[in-house]
This record gives sequence, C-alpha cells and structure tokens, in this order.
Amino acid sequence: MVTTGLGATMVRAGRRLLSSLPALFGVLVFTFLLMRVLPGDPAVFFASGPNAGKEEIEQIRKQMGLDKSVPEQLVFYLSDIGHGNLGRSMMTGQPVLKDLRERLPASLELTFTALLIALIAAVPLGVLAALRPGSIIDHGVRLFCALGVCVPTFVSGLLLIYVFYYLFGLAPDPTGRIDVFTSLPPQRTGFLSIDFLLAGDVEGWWAACRQLILPAVSMALFVIAPLARITRASMLVSLGSDFVRTARSVGLSWRKVVVTYALRNAILPVITIAGIVFSTMLGANVLVEKVFSWPGVASYALDALLSSDYAPVQGFVLLMASLFVLVNLVVDICYGIADPRVSIE
Amino acid sequence: MSEDLLRIDDLHVAFSTRRGMVEAVRGVTLTVKAGEMLGLVGESGSGKSVTGFATTRLLDAAGRVTGGKILFRGQDVTKLRGDDLRQLQGAAMSMIFQNPRAALNPIRAIGLQIADAILTHKRISKEAARAEALDLLRAVQIRDPEARMNAYPHELSGGMCQRVMIAIAISCNPALLIADEPTTGLDVTTQKVVMDLLADIAAARGMATILITHDLGLAARYCRRIAVMERGRIVEEASPGILFSAPQHAYTRRLVAASPTATSRIADLVTEEDRERYANVVTRPRQERAHGTPPLLEVRKLAKRFDQGSAAVADFSMTMAGGESVGLVGESGSGKSTTSRMICRLIDPSEGDIVFDGQSIGHVAARDFHRSPLRKDIQMVFQDPNESLNPRFTAFDCIAHPLMRLDGMRAGAGLRKRVEECAERVGLPLDLLPRFPHQLSGGQKARVGIARAIACRPRLLVLDEPTAALDVSVQAVVLQLLDRLRRENDIALLFVSHDLNVVRMLCDRTIVLRNGGIVEQGESRALFDNPKTDYTRKLVEAIPHIETGPTLAAAL
Repeated sequence: MVTTGLGATMVRAGRRLLSSLPALFGVLVFTFLLMRVLPGDPAVFFASGPNAGKEEIEQIRKQMGLDKSVPEQLVFYLSDIGHGNLGRSMMTGQPVLKDLRERLPASLELTFTALLIALIAAVPLGVLAALRPGSIIDHGVRLFCALGVCVPTFVSGLLLIYVFYYLFGLAPDPTGRIDVFTSLPPQRTGFLSIDFLLAGDVEGWWAACRQLILPAVSMALFVIAPLARITRASMLVSLGSDFVRTARSVGLSWRKVVVTYALRNAILPVITIAGIVFSTMLGANVLVEKVFSWPGVASYALDALLSSDYAPVQGFVLLMASLFVLVNLVVDICYGIADPRVSIE
Repeated sequence: MSEDLLRIDDLHVAFSTRRGMVEAVRGVTLTVKAGEMLGLVGESGSGKSVTGFATTRLLDAAGRVTGGKILFRGQDVTKLRGDDLRQLQGAAMSMIFQNPRAALNPIRAIGLQIADAILTHKRISKEAARAEALDLLRAVQIRDPEARMNAYPHELSGGMCQRVMIAIAISCNPALLIADEPTTGLDVTTQKVVMDLLADIAAARGMATILITHDLGLAARYCRRIAVMERGRIVEEASPGILFSAPQHAYTRRLVAASPTATSRIADLVTEEDRERYANVVTRPRQERAHGTPPLLEVRKLAKRFDQGSAAVADFSMTMAGGESVGLVGESGSGKSTTSRMICRLIDPSEGDIVFDGQSIGHVAARDFHRSPLRKDIQMVFQDPNESLNPRFTAFDCIAHPLMRLDGMRAGAGLRKRVEECAERVGLPLDLLPRFPHQLSGGQKARVGIARAIACRPRLLVLDEPTAALDVSVQAVVLQLLDRLRRENDIALLFVSHDLNVVRMLCDRTIVLRNGGIVEQGESRALFDNPKTDYTRKLVEAIPHIETGPTLAAAL
C-alpha cells in the first residue's frame, strides 16, 4: 500500500519535472533577450578605463562575442548551457557556475533558517488564534502579522542590528557569514552551521549561528504573516469540520482532537504556501543580504545587473527558475505523503 | 429496567446569531428507556438535531443550553465539565452523523480512527486496540476487514463509511446511541442494509437508540415510539401505528399526508384543508393525442464513456411523447444523471443519437447547443436549489436571464411581465423577486429553479432529483406544482430520482437503470407492483413504507 503510494508520487514527480522543462527553456530565452535590450554596453563598462580607445572597446566586444547578431549569440549561449557552461563573469573573472556554487549555500542556509523560524512561529500562532477566534490572542496575532508585513525587511533588519548589536551588543557585527578570525570548517554541505557540526567545532558552530540569527529573523518576520494567516484560516475550517465533531463525540482528548485530527488536516495548505514563500524569499532576500553583507547569490546578481554583466544575471535567473521547479516538486511530494487523497487523481 | 436511561426535561437551546439569540429548542421533554429505539422526526429547522447535539454536548460554540435538564442515568449532562464529560462521550453515549464521509478524518486510516476511540476509554495496548478495531469492522460487516484497516475514507463508499462510523460509535459499548440522519444521502438499498445493521447491533448490545430523521417511513420501520418535532417543540409522541392511523396534531397530519407511500397519489400529499386550490386544476382532462403523432424525444443506443474505465451509460434507448412524464430511477452510479445530462445536451454522448421533435441533436456539440433554437425547448431543473442559483443574481434575474439569452427579450416592461407570470405559475410570491438566493427558503429556491426552467416555455423538462434536498411538506408542494405544469402546459417531464415513491406518483412510465444499462421499464404502477427483475424488487422492497400495523416492530 505504502510502496504503491510512494511509487505513484515518484511517477507524478517525474512527470512534473519533465513538464517544467519547456518553462525553463522559456525563462532562458526570455532572460537572454531581456539582457540584450537593457541599456548599457558591457564592453564599455569592462574596458580598462574611462578613456579607453574605440579600438580597445571593439576588441573587448569581439572577445565577448557581442559583435555577432542576437540570434547567433542566443545559439552560442544555448549550446554553452547545454555543455554546462554558464559563461564567465566579467566582474569576478571567474566562471559563473563557480561563483554561484560558492554563494548559493549561503543564500540557501539563510532562507532555510528563516523559513524554519517563520514556521515555528507562525503555526502555533495560527493555531492559537484559531482556537480562540475573536479573543485577545487572535487580535494580538493579527497585529503582529500586520506589523511584520508592513515593515520592510531592510528596516526590520536595521532595527534588529540597532537593538541587538549597537544597543545590547548581543549580536556579532553584521558582516557576512562568519567573522574573519574564525577558521572555516572543511566544506561538505556548504551550510556553515552544518559543516561546523560535522567538523565537531562547537565554538565555530555557535559563531556561525550567531551570525545567521539576525538576518534570518528579519527575513522570517516578513513571511510569518502569510503563514500564520493561512494556518489560522485552515485550522478554523478544520476545527469546524464534521470529523473533528466526530472526534469530540467519542471523547478524544483535547490534544488528540487539536493536533492529530484538526492540525494534521489544517497543515496541508500551509505546505503549499510554505513552498511559495520559500521561492519568493530566495529571490527577494537581496535586501537582507545587502544589509547584513551576506555573500549570497541575490546580492551577487544585483551587483552583476548594475554593471551590465550578462552571464551572472542569466545564470542567476536560470538558477532561481530551477530552484522554483525543484521546490514545487518537493512541495508536491510532501503533499502526496501528507494527504493520501492526492495520489488518486 | 423501568428506570429511564435518558430524561430530557423542558430543554431550551438558543443560538447567538447576528440578529440576537434565536431559540432552536423550546421546551423539549422526552425519555428514553434502556435498549429502546426512539424516533425523533421533524423537518429541517425543527430542532431535532440540536436536541441530539445538546444531549451529547456537541453544540457549536454559538449554541447554549438556556434552560431545562438532560438527565443521563440521573446525572445532569449539561453541568458536566472536563474529564467527567469526556468519560461520558463515546463510552456512555455516542453519536452517528449524517454525511459519513465528512464525519471521518480524511487523512487517517480508518483502523486508526477506531483505535483512537477505543484507546481513549480503555487502558490497553495499541496492538490490543487494533485487534478490537478489526473485530468491530467485522461486526459492522465490512468485507475484507484486514485490508480495510489501512484504507482511508475516500477509498470507501458512503455506505461503508457509515459502517465505519457505526463501528467508532459502538466501540466502547455505549448505553445510548444517537443517530442523526444516519442514512440520508445513501441509496435506498444501502439505507436498508445500514439501518438493519444498526438495529441489529443496538438490539444485540442492548443499546438505546435515538433515530433522528426527516423520513417518517424510516422511523416507522425501525422505532416503536416516535416523537414528532416542530419548531423546537415536541408536538406529538406515539407508536407508529397510532401516529399514522390517527395523528392528533395538525402538523403531524400534514407531515403524514406529505410522506409518500406505496399507494398515495399526488393529490393526497396535502391534507384536506390545503387541497382546495389544487383540486380545481387536476380536474382538467388531459388531451389525448392522435395515434401516429411522432414522439417528442427519441433516444437511440446512447452511450457515454468517460476518460478511463468502463462505460457510464451503454445502449440506452427510449422514447417520450409530448406531455408524458417518465421516471429514471437507479442507485448512485447507475448512470441516471449522466443520461439526463446527455439528453439535456450538457455533455456529449460517446455513441448513439438523440432526436428531439424530428431533429437529430445528438451530434451538436454540448458547448454549441446553447446557440441551437431547440435549447429553449429542453430545460433542466437541478438537484440542489442552493448550488444551482447564482448567489449574485436576484430571483428576478435568475428567471429573466434565460428569457434574455434564449428568447432575445430586452429589459423592460415586457420582460417584467413574463417573469412575473412565470413566478405566478410556480406560486412564487412576487414580492420575493428582488431577493437574493440566500434570502429565500429551500422551497422558494426550488420554485425559482423551476420558474427559470419554464420561463422559455420548454416542451421537455429534465429534472435531476429536484426534491432530494427538500423537506417532505415542501416536496409535496413542488411535486404538485410539477404535475400541474405538465397538465396545464403539456410539458414532458423526464424525472431523475432515487425516490421510488415519488416517481411512482408523478410518472406515467418508469425506467430502471443499473450500471449504465436499462434493467426494466414499463408503466409505473405495474412496474412497482409487479417488478419483473430481482433488482427492481430489491429497490422497491428497500423503500421504508409507512405501515399502519407495527409489523416490523413486533418482529424485532
């Protein structure tokens, strides 16, 4: 029974992955074209200095392949992608793939932590609000959510820095993933907090966590609202449903009714929203990355965009699109496991 | 055992709503003895379910017991708190609900759900609880119980779900079982099986049962004592025999009259006092049509296959003359709704042809049929009056819409006149026309649905269970209305229903469907009195009739 359910889920996942390929291709072409129509000439930008000669610029242009027609450039680009080559960043001078690989774990670690914090806060808040609709708790949660949404992440980030770093001195300086004096652990997952643990370096782990907590919280504050609201709404539906009444009618304990019967059903839509929130956070956390000097992919892409560096931006968009597909897939699989009705089409 | 198990004394329950407190139950007094089955009968809004919920302490947050006592074994249930209450719920009294599929947790295996109930009241291991759950599944006669333990509610049929619900309710051998419309929404044959099972289990385990139902026939078949509720009060309490042969209260008389029986006619559905207006109409003779008139509708070898699986309908042929009424009956899944939708040209048949008034319409794609001039000749009345009306349209808009779309009428005095005329024909008071659906009662919404369907003066009206969601007294009025419309306007009726008693009254001919094929067809009365196939006989026997002698009660 379980194996067939899991098998069906896997088949569905595979089909989903295949059907997303055309969309990914569309994203590729679209970003490519968008970059070409944006104003700014990368050759001028990357010439040795402001008074570089026409010839030098022309040479750089030729070197970058920008003298060819746009369709030709597209074909070259696509064939490069096909060979796993995302191009080279003019800014860092390194292959884009390498740059992204270095920075992605930082972004992912931040986003995962933020999502975890948001879920840990939002689900109980939503449940509490749903258990006593109209009460002080309900209104309190609503106010908290409204504040979280109203205050932009960079403001809440700066506020957190002001309070915890400047006023109380509890947090370390907001300059990246780890302070410069700590030696880095051997890289395994790229997630510093995990790598430190794997290396058995508790002190390093604590240092990494201290760096992580403020940016993660300021990001989490922003997404607690949608998660808490959807938890509350679906919990209200769940608590008012017939099967919860059945559970009460046979005298099940309050805990069993609320957790096993109501919450497990109410959590299903939260899974979907969490997936969407995660994807949005990945792209939107550029502000937090900037405020906390976090060496993530989003700030990397923003820098590249400002300097008309085509390859990193295109690479970033492709990465985001693929992550989006992947996250949706994971959500789908989680949903399939959590809800036995889904596998039946 | 003369001691009363349950004694409800002058119970009042009120709900706080936007318009202030509304009393749903106003002074109910009744008793239940150990092991007895009591029927609590009434129409929607009569407070019968609320009484049940108050007894098991499952009222909504908005509902409150405002007066009276509910004594269970001498203990006032309304005063219990916390653990005392939980020890009562499930262990001493439990409840079975309407809509069994929704009443079970959709993402928890049914075996676990039964075990949950057992583990709440018994200190035994999980394995022992699982074994008990398996025994319970056997007790409620679920086939292949070992495999079903891991099944989820959506994998079971409605009848199966209700058995699981019964298993949960009886898991701790309560002394009192409250069954709230346990078989509403199930097929007649399933209804009989489930009710027989419930009665057997209650008898074998000595449980007292309160059967809450809107169906007098059902209550009469299984209960020795019936209490009739109206507007929060018990108006009459008697044995079924007395209740049906000599009802005392005016409301009971109306209810008994409105409940269709094997022999009742449409005209019998209302009491003598209410009959006056109707009598004048019925006397109008039906026009006989000349021999050789071509049929209004001819369906030839119709078949429908959905994407996967076997045919939903196969080889279905029938003819209908103008002004004729034909019933289409069968259990759920028999293909009756699919057939009616194909004839209405709402879905496309896979094979076969539909000829209406000499024109083949089977090959006009369903999505294009709204442009056909025949669209206004074939109209439909849908099952759920709540769901089939646009909530943003007033009653007037609902009726006017087809006139504007199909008859090309423009807004103005002419349209208003036609709409008012339609409303009058279905007996809808004109002052209700500006109202939105949620401001209308179920019966009024049904009338709007019918008025909308007859607005363009169709020649064929297809009705898909038009009275299934209505109370019997409202159903009686709607049936009379339909019958009158047929006689006055010569509209042919194709009546899809699972309620054989209704079909028997309303339809000249009946077609019995099973698994997408015709099992039997013929003149209604003959077909029901002398069914030729076992399937039809089973269907007919499963209908709970109101019997004047307590034959079944005696047999228990």
